Amino acid sequence: MAIIERPTDTPAVVSPDAAPAVATPATSYGVFRRPVETTGWKSWLFTIDHKKLGIMYGVVAMAFFVIGGIEALLIRLQLAGPDGTVLSADAYNQMFTMHATTMVFLFVMPMAAAFANYMVPLQIGARDVAFPRINAFGFWTFLFGGLFLNTSWILGGAADGGWFMYAPNSSVAFSPTNGVDFWALGLQITGIASLTGAINLIVTVINMRAPGMSLMKVPIFTWMIMVVQFLLLFAIPVITVALFLLMFQRSFDATFFSVEAGADPLLWQHLFWIFGHPEVYIIVLPAFGIVSEVLPVFSKKPLFGYPLVVFSGAAIGFVGWGVWAHHMFASGLGPISVAVFSVATMAIAIPTGVKIINWVMTMWGGKLKFTVPMLYAVGVIVQFTIGGLSGVTHSVAPSDTQQTDTYYIVAHFHYVIFGGAVLGLFSGLYYWWPKMFGKMLNERMGRWNFWLTIIGMNLTFGPMHVLGLQGQPRRMYVWTENRAGDGFFNIGFWNLIASIGAFVLALGVLLFFVNIYVSHRKGTQKAPLDPWDARSLEWITTSPPKEHNFDRTPTVGHLDEFFHRKYEDRGEGDHHDYHQVATAEEIIAEEEAKGDSHIHLPSPSYWPILLSLALPIMAYGVIYNIWLIVGGAALALLSMYGWGMEPHTAPDDDYDPPAAGTELEVAAHG
Amino acid sequence: MADTAVAPATGHDAHDDHGAHHSSTGLSNNKLAMWMFLGSECLLFGGLISTYMLYRGRHSENLGPDQVWDIPFTSASSFVLLMSSLTMVLAVSSAHRKDDRNTKVWLMVTALLGALFVAGQVYEFTTFYREGLGFTTSLFSSSFYTLTGFHGVHVTVGIIMLTSLVGMIGKNRVPGDKAETVELFGLYWHFVDVVWILIFTLVYLIPA
Ligand code: HEM
Ligand SMILES: [Cu+2]
Repeated sequence: MAIIERPTDTPAVVSPDAAPAVATPATSYGVFRRPVETTGWKSWLFTIDHKKLGIMYGVVAMAFFVIGGIEALLIRLQLAGPDGTVLSADAYNQMFTMHATTMVFLFVMPMAAAFANYMVPLQIGARDVAFPRINAFGFWTFLFGGLFLNTSWILGGAADGGWFMYAPNSSVAFSPTNGVDFWALGLQITGIASLTGAINLIVTVINMRAPGMSLMKVPIFTWMIMVVQFLLLFAIPVITVALFLLMFQRSFDATFFSVEAGADPLLWQHLFWIFGHPEVYIIVLPAFGIVSEVLPVFSKKPLFGYPLVVFSGAAIGFVGWGVWAHHMFASGLGPISVAVFSVATMAIAIPTGVKIINWVMTMWGGKLKFTVPMLYAVGVIVQFTIGGLSGVTHSVAPSDTQQTDTYYIVAHFHYVIFGGAVLGLFSGLYYWWPKMFGKMLNERMGRWNFWLTIIGMNLTFGPMHVLGLQGQPRRMYVWTENRAGDGFFNIGFWNLIASIGAFVLALGVLLFFVNIYVSHRKGTQKAPLDPWDARSLEWITTSPPKEHNFDRTPTVGHLDEFFHRKYEDRGEGDHHDYHQVATAEEIIAEEEAKGDSHIHLPSPSYWPILLSLALPIMAYGVIYNIWLIVGGAALALLSMYGWGMEPHTAPDDDYDPPAAGTELEVAAHG
Repeated sequence: MADTAVAPATGHDAHDDHGAHHSSTGLSNNKLAMWMFLGSECLLFGGLISTYMLYRGRHSENLGPDQVWDIPFTSASSFVLLMSSLTMVLAVSSAHRKDDRNTKVWLMVTALLGALFVAGQVYEFTTFYREGLGFTTSLFSSSFYTLTGFHGVHVTVGIIMLTSLVGMIGKNRVPGDKAETVELFGLYWHFVDVVWILIFTLVYLIPA
């Protein structure tokens, strides 16, 4: 609901410009009256509240995490012993393709979007994002795109060309089911979600910061999210082009990848990796942001070299555009290109290393407190560094030509993605859970969760270094005993270990879900307002935050604003001596007392979900029937008109049923 | 809290954080978003143009660029599109003067010029097709139709938006700031024009 009347003692101040910017006659609101529900399923379906959308992103991402995880377990079951029979060669191809696609596009990216949606407005002291309806559209588009992609399983088989879907292998001749069509169209749809999300969050961070929050006072998580959104803004259109070419190739017999017609197979590779390498930073930078929030809190020290962390994040963002061809060292690019991209790739390890040093220095000499979020953050430092080091080994082109397309690469990217991104996201889950749900996750169970995950991931991905250097190719659906080698290097042994590790890892993740259940059982305590002694703005409000986030828009004087409100520096010169002067309860109570008495929030809307719904309909149309395209396009057009004509903040008489407080509102606005 | 730099900008009357009237940079949210979107579009066309440049010489025995282009015709239609940018400027300036009538007129003229351009493109495509240049004929033809087709779709979407805007202004149903809305559409329209200048130069004028 959009109008919030806070009962306060202070009289409502009604200033002249309190009226809506444009006075619209009562007939002009749009087609439907605005939904008004604040509880029940409708309040979720039509919501434009960034917090609700954040939670929905998180729930759906977790569901896809489970699906992607099951696919991974099937892969590891197949490879656990020689001559595996769990999956056919065909099913195996679909499994690894969909595993990677699901994990990257439907778990890690949306999970980062969940935190970005929920936390960015709170961290910058805003009441919502810049375009709340576009935000809702982004979520539904992601959800429908993900579902669309996965319906391929029951409609003739999923995509089977690997997550980078090299041409011409992706052509109809080599992949005759509709799987690749579903893949291309599904990613196109989720791409739209990412692109609109990127524009929305960039504008939000640039334009909606609380008074006093200069760019160098923006919390580090929000900074990293902003870098990611810029990467998305420029990377998504490149894969969009690639996916269109692929779709035209498959559905309309275009010739872009027909080698017999003279096509250049490297075209796809270039387009894919120009998107693909920035994508790996899209995957990992949000987690870096989380780690950079968590470490200072549990080290009781400010982030070491905040400007440097910001700068190295931005530097990664820039340099990340110049290294894509390191994925193509073995494709015959020519010695000069290979040399240039090899050196550029080595260079990118520098800003990455800078971040690691900053984290270690943050912990150095701090009063460390190893809570579960902190354990995960430290886990990131250790595991990601291992992955970064193997990355540097394949930045050396001659060595990479030995490693490429082997399990060594699989080991590398799992250490960086699981060890960097996923552990970081879990750190964020444990850290922000009390903020988002008002309950602490159980710490004891969290420790089990953490250690099983760490042991599991090292058992799974560690042996893959050995397997790869022994020459086991990636994407090989079966291995045989008589070529497995002997002794320490017997690939049978290491494959078995990796498979056992995968189940340990799965058990670890399962414990997370058990933990949610255990922590939310009846009778568990409500979380304190400031359980971790946190530092940034999102904690200057209740947990979970009210619909309008802040009773009063906070005014910011420091990076780590919340910390500086709680503690006073009584030291002299460079020597700091912090004394607590206020508790979180007091600070929040004060904000509440001085809060605005009359707050207008953007109103829920029917249009975002309707517009999103049009996209998969059109996509099915491309595959099955042109009339579906027409129908979908009609729905899209109608929704856009409906959307275009309704104001983002509804006048008070535009609710169905009329909103409470209407009369007061009308009176106040004259 | 001693060094609080900036006082609350809006204080108690901060009824709506989403309108154009208050932002950290002074730029309106809508305008910033449009610039971001156009930035992204640059890479979309960048990718398509690169694909075309890579493939424009690959047509084996089939028709090549030099055999099908009708430069005088395409120059004329390019000129029409350029003129539409001019009329768009006039629409924006009328909107800033709050002159609804002229805003509508110039928007309509812009849309008509755009439509003329699209009609020219349809004519061009049909001619090429009759001469034997189908979408699937060669790498050159696939990438040519894709690139110019994408641009044509952008113009068409623009036309739909312009005519809708005219209707909405007529019925006084534009939510938010009218002049800014017209200006945003103008940004998009100019962008699409600039892209065409690029395409015209690279695709038609520079010999393969
Ligand atoms: C120190 C920084 C890094 C360096 C120097 C580096 C280097 C490389 C190189 C050269 C390859 C290509 C290997 C081959 O295919 O032969 C590669 C593959 C890969 N890297 Fe990294 N990398 C780094 C960090 C990351 C990060 C942070 C991520 C993701 C979060 C990542 C994800 C991947 C993935 C997914 C692949 C494999 C793609 C595929 O073939 O499917 N890397 N890396
Ligand atoms: Cu890379």
